[in-house]
Amino acid sequence: MKNVFIIILLVVIGYFLANTFADIPFGENRIGDIESSETVAGYYLSNTVEKSKVANVITAIVVNYRGLDTLGEVTVLFLASTGLASILYRRKEEEEDVERLNLPSSRIMRTGVRVLFPSIVLLGIYVFIHGHLTPGGGFQGGTIVATGFLLMLISYKGFNTNHNRMVWIESLAGLSFVGIGIWGLLSGNTFLENSTNVGVLNSLISGGLIPIIYIVVGFKVAVELTGILDILLKIKPKK
Amino acid sequence: MIFIILLIIMAVLLLAAAVYSIVHRDLLFAVMGTGIVSVVLSLFFYLLQAPDVALTEAAIGIALTTIIFIITIRNTTRDEDEIIDKENEKL
Repeated sequence: MKNVFIIILLVVIGYFLANTFADIPFGENRIGDIESSETVAGYYLSNTVEKSKVANVITAIVVNYRGLDTLGEVTVLFLASTGLASILYRRKEEEEDVERLNLPSSRIMRTGVRVLFPSIVLLGIYVFIHGHLTPGGGFQGGTIVATGFLLMLISYKGFNTNHNRMVWIESLAGLSFVGIGIWGLLSGNTFLENSTNVGVLNSLISGGLIPIIYIVVGFKVAVELTGILDILLKIKPKK
Repeated sequence: MIFIILLIIMAVLLLAAAVYSIVHRDLLFAVMGTGIVSVVLSLFFYLLQAPDVALTEAAIGIALTTIIFIITIRNTTRDEDEIIDKENEKL
């Protein structure tokens, strides 16, 4: 009975997928001429720099034109880290005997990490603050910051992350992303609409709301990935 | 011309590392293979003028994914044959 149901479901899904793909011509140039502003790609390339004063066009596409998709991506990451935490996180009563299993990290490692940690975190923060000027952005910068915290976690036993503070930063970052979107609605435009006060091209304060959104995303990604690594490193191996 | 030759060498290296990580029985070496794939792929993105994607691949592919796999291997088992033997015992 169960198998019959599965087969019927697959046939229905397959029928609609085949119908959809049959309408798409295969192997044709569907983007069109990139240079003309008639097409979507051409419109982005020719209008973004004048309109929103963002030097890195990719950032403008990711955060401004496709802002709702970015909100979805952030939500996916949030759900992944919540799911992992709900499976693996241990309660506070047990926390006394829970400690990260440290491989005996050598003195060379510890000294090197002490030198590298601030510069890695600084690089990550630089990448997400300058997301609208240079390549990179919130996701990349946040991951680089998390890599720095990972090095500290595996080489120092006494280094602990403050879970309460992390939850606060993550919630505030998520709420302010949604808040910026709703602010666009309140000012009479669409959700996540960029403000008209965009500043001067190629300066740090330019692009309206785009750098603010990327800084928020950077904090959120960094905190979530650090939390995931912290939880993973606290699992006790079965020996 | 030199650019194209460089790209071909990198593509061969990429495929070799990918096949190595599939074939190798020791899972730690397999994870190292996926790490090499990420390094070469990140270089590819950089050379083909997609620095944003190259940064993402470098941070996530090389550092985080590899370390998460290594943590998983430490908490389970390193040898693939061991897992297959256990499965056969159950049957």
